[in-house]
Amino acid sequence: VCFIPGGLDCSISFVSHVLGKVCVHGRQKEILSVLVPRLTDLSKSDCIWQRICWRLVECVPDRWMEAVVLGFVQSSCGADVLSRMLGNLVVKNKKAQFVVTQKVLLLQYGHSTAVLQNLLGYLSLDSLRRALLIKVLQELLETWGSSSAVKHSPPEQQQYISKAILICLSHLKEPEIESCRQELLTGMMEGVKCHLDSNLPQIRRLGMIVAESISSKINTDGPVLKFQYEEDEEARELKSLLVQTPLNCVVPSLPDDENEKADASLPLVVESNKKSHTAAPVMPDEELNAELDSDDDLIPYDMSEDKELKTKAPVYIRDCIEVLTGSEDVEKWEATVKAIENLVRKNPAATREVSVELAKVLLHLEEKTCIEDFVELRQRAQVAVLTTDPIPVAKYLTSQFYSLNYSLRQRMDILDVLVLAAQELSCPKSHGKTKHSGAQKSCIQLLPRSDSSKDWRRIVDERIKSKTRRFATGQSQVELASGPNEFNSVAGYFFFPLIQHFDRPLTTFDLLGEDHFVLGRLVHTLAVLMYLAVNTVGVAAMGKALLEFVWTLRFHTDSYVRQGLLSCISSLLFSVPRERLLEDMMEELLETQSWLGDVVEKDPDGDCRRLALQNLLLMENLKKKLKTVPS
Amino acid sequence: MALPPPDPEFVLRGTGAAVHTLHFSCGGPDPAVPVLFSGSENGFVHVWSLRTRRVDTALDGHGRKSVYCVETLGGKDRLLSQGRDQRICLWDLAEGRTSVMDSVFTEHVGFCRCSLLQVAQGRWLMAMAAKALEEVQVLELPSKTSVCTLQPEVGAKLGMPMCLKLWQLNGGSQPLLLAGYEDGSVVLWNLSMGRVLSQLVCHQEPVMSLDFDSEKAKGISGSSEKVLSIWSLNEQQNLQVYKTHGLVNAGISDITIRPDKKIFATAGWDHRIRIFGWKKLKPLAVLDYHTATVQCVSFSDHKHPSERLLAAGSKDHRISIWSIYTQT
Repeated sequence: VCFIPGGLDCSISFVSHVLGKVCVHGRQKEILSVLVPRLTDLSKSDCIWQRICWRLVECVPDRWMEAVVLGFVQSSCGADVLSRMLGNLVVKNKKAQFVVTQKVLLLQYGHSTAVLQNLLGYLSLDSLRRALLIKVLQELLETWGSSSAVKHSPPEQQQYISKAILICLSHLKEPEIESCRQELLTGMMEGVKCHLDSNLPQIRRLGMIVAESISSKINTDGPVLKFQYEEDEEARELKSLLVQTPLNCVVPSLPDDENEKADASLPLVVESNKKSHTAAPVMPDEELNAELDSDDDLIPYDMSEDKELKTKAPVYIRDCIEVLTGSEDVEKWEATVKAIENLVRKNPAATREVSVELAKVLLHLEEKTCIEDFVELRQRAQVAVLTTDPIPVAKYLTSQFYSLNYSLRQRMDILDVLVLAAQELSCPKSHGKTKHSGAQKSCIQLLPRSDSSKDWRRIVDERIKSKTRRFATGQSQVELASGPNEFNSVAGYFFFPLIQHFDRPLTTFDLLGEDHFVLGRLVHTLAVLMYLAVNTVGVAAMGKALLEFVWTLRFHTDSYVRQGLLSCISSLLFSVPRERLLEDMMEELLETQSWLGDVVEKDPDGDCRRLALQNLLLMENLKKKLKTVPS
Repeated sequence: MALPPPDPEFVLRGTGAAVHTLHFSCGGPDPAVPVLFSGSENGFVHVWSLRTRRVDTALDGHGRKSVYCVETLGGKDRLLSQGRDQRICLWDLAEGRTSVMDSVFTEHVGFCRCSLLQVAQGRWLMAMAAKALEEVQVLELPSKTSVCTLQPEVGAKLGMPMCLKLWQLNGGSQPLLLAGYEDGSVVLWNLSMGRVLSQLVCHQEPVMSLDFDSEKAKGISGSSEKVLSIWSLNEQQNLQVYKTHGLVNAGISDITIRPDKKIFATAGWDHRIRIFGWKKLKPLAVLDYHTATVQCVSFSDHKHPSERLLAAGSKDHRISIWSIYTQT
């Protein structure tokens, strides 16, 4: 491109055509990697070159406009550069406007954060374009707030839209926020509701962060919305998008997305843990006392026994029940709560006499005083009772799961306790110690926090790993102490009652309706119970029942439930022996296989697709094994 | 390597009820039997002989209402006991008699122990909590005439007086009163003018007990919290906090400084008796014998230092007698 003296009229439409054709054929990177840096340089100070740039892109025919615009957006290293090169293209050209405001933001979600920053920054830099910015924000907010979008669109897209919203917010100025305050507020309220309804913790957190940001922008003086959520890299990155710093554009040799971290990141706010200094009792320096000390003759005695007075916990189980149900002595109550798990484990015979009563007391135990880890202590005590006397307590707990007037938290506690107890029972014990000796490759966390989608995924992953590597490891593992599988005799009592009444709604509890979160947890619980029932006698019957259960629920709208159903299939394929699968469940398995194929292709949730693919692979492995086994 | 704490010399059993107050009388001029008086919750004052370690006499003068203070007026023949029947009784115990000579009806329904001070031969001043909520009355004994009535100003909100200590710097000087109140403050009263000389907030909780060393002008108070407060009196008769000492377990029922001002003992709600050095608050020993709250501690007034004893009475009906730090 040579120097064009002012005054000469020049037509560069030919260049535009070339550019357009090249871009449409997919060669954006190559051509723009050369063009863009040169143009950036040239147009930095020279107005004429800016106008040349603008003419260049304006003359690109419509059918190639999208490719060119996208190319420019991706390869510029800053919003101001983009502004210099595209000018007011979005205002003048309809196609460009469509691409920038609709296609990139709402219909695609594969672009990086830097691209978003460029695009939205570009929109904000000129007063003509700012109107578009507000329009874009409103549309983004609408999409963000629509419940069907939250339910059916992939989490990656939701994250993309959230990022876009945050960047838009960061560009808006006070008067603009004023003008659309009401819409922002209503949009936020609707959106927050849909997001918090979701079962996936990631979606909930996205909703919380965006809502907090919107609230802080529209209520600069009053109280702002504040949620409690886990702060990790992702959350911090999202929050950092809210604040804009002037970006210094470094002309890169390869205008690649890898540079985004260098440009766009802001100093992360690291939360400092303030250590609170507990005030020690005041003991002024004794050396300052100039008096002669005749106290030195007095030799102190040994005072090491002088400790804080602690109330003792009761030693008998029946006493514990008494204290927990009626006692007014809070110190004794606290001591009992802390001691009860050990007592139950040490006195199995005594526990068996009162097991159901104790289980009832523990299920209804509320936190009277502030004890650390109260929830964990209660859960451990419940698990101890359940493992000591499985059959009656399992009967009680499963019946209570479907009873009236329990909170969702209590019902989920029941599920967690059943799973933990099943895990303990199916694990070989060594010398009465109940700590798991690593025989299980997967571990279920004790805390009932609901990041369980990750756990179940981990379980399935690890099982797959264990299956595929078995040829290599062979007998190199140390032989662990073996004992009878105690879960064998009671697996049915854990499993079947849970599966029985799921379609019967009660006034306060409707698994198939509103309480789909509990349904999700129930499905995951059944998957784990199935997995732990390997090598038990009733595993085939359990498998068949589970397969039917999965079949009825396979089109459930909640992705968490679907993930659970797919884990159920995985557990089933692992636990039920091959021969039984063939004999009893062949038709159902074939139907399931076709369903899995559907899921792999059409399910919006990435995790579901992955799990379905794993299941299909497992089924393939199964078929292969059948062929190789000599019948 | 520190020695383990000593065991009690002996333990007196037989009160049959929680022991609330103790008083030794062992410094008698004649080689009389050393005696310990104890007041219990069942209304009895027991007179223990420290030689036989048995009850010599049981005095029943308070209608089975708890006795929470016993003092002697100059010898073991004249005893003063205060009980929850709102009476202070003066006993004549000479020559084996056990009769109530006189009594004062205090109309005080609290637990504040009265305090005695001998101002002249045969004359005592007694400070006691009176009927009105924040009032302290000072009487002269044995005439029972009122010397003054100490009433805090309106709006002071001190609450009930919890513990009293009458003292004078040396014989003949003005007697002063230290009173600990329910709001945690210690007040120094001038008796002749009946007004407050100084007030100091020592605790967040009611002051349970206090004791004062007039030689060093230093006092100590304990409350239901985990802190002992040591305060001093300067030349302008102002109270200032000198030090605080944190305890392992909360709650002090009684504090006593030994007559030789070397050590002091605290009776704790955590069933333990603690011994500290008085000069520098050095913790010296923790005596763990009782199985319930220790209600009172008292040092004996033996003439001979090596015979000195410490007595502690507890809610578990026992009185433990200790011989500790008797060499100095």
